[in-house]
Amino acid sequence: MLQCNGICVVDRREFVLGATAAALLAPVLAEPALAQSKGPENEWQQLLKRILGDATPTEGRIALELPEIAENGNTVPFNVSVESRMTESDHVKAIHLISTANPQPAVATFRFTPASGKASVASRMRLAQTQDVVALAELSDGKFLMARQAVRVTIGGCGG
Amino acid sequence: MTTKPRVRIPSPIKAGDVIEVKTLISHVMETGQRKTSDGKVIPRNIIHSFVARFNGAEVFKAELAPGISANPYLAFHMRVPGSGDLEMTWLDDGGNKVVETVKIAVT
Repeated sequence: MLQCNGICVVDRREFVLGATAAALLAPVLAEPALAQSKGPENEWQQLLKRILGDATPTEGRIALELPEIAENGNTVPFNVSVESRMTESDHVKAIHLISTANPQPAVATFRFTPASGKASVASRMRLAQTQDVVALAELSDGKFLMARQAVRVTIGGCGG
Repeated sequence: MTTKPRVRIPSPIKAGDVIEVKTLISHVMETGQRKTSDGKVIPRNIIHSFVARFNGAEVFKAELAPGISANPYLAFHMRVPGSGDLEMTWLDDGGNKVVETVKIAVT
């Protein structure tokens, strides 16, 4: 799975099924058993649990923007933003970006302060293969928001 | 990591505005997963942290993993309380540090 040297074409049915399954997951993580249960998949869920602790994330107020189809997995643009007043008492502390099928699930953690004014960040990520990307926002009141987005990758960004 | 990073801010800026700061720096972001043709692992070398401070106070910070693309682009926001210096620091695994300061003058 890590050695993705050629063109990785994803079966259309698998893609559609995956997208449907993702859509049915509400709250997103209530049924982790529905997700694939192989190595890296478990790793990302462990990472998610480490960040969440006992908290349960909710959907909404968080937007994760990624292309539906990424032709080059080496550089996939993304944008994550959370609706927040960004005041001392009510702000977004961090946004964690997690890959569900890269060799390493952690992609980045962005930390904000009220001086950020807006909880929004854009960058570019590597995707080794077709997968879901998860964004998790940590709020100043201890709550978490989560968004999940499927990206179909034509050529994997594993540098092979 | 010797080239100068590129930083773009809007203009003009009024006190109280929330602006977007766009940054780009040249870096290989070697993942540590790749091997040479004779099977040796190419050691990881990535920019693992970025921090932006305005007049000394932290505005935004990023902790990066190998999943971030080469030549990392980072765009973040800041509320501009008035004129001052926006200081940005990039740090990589080799201990290299790049500091770029942008003067913000409000109108």
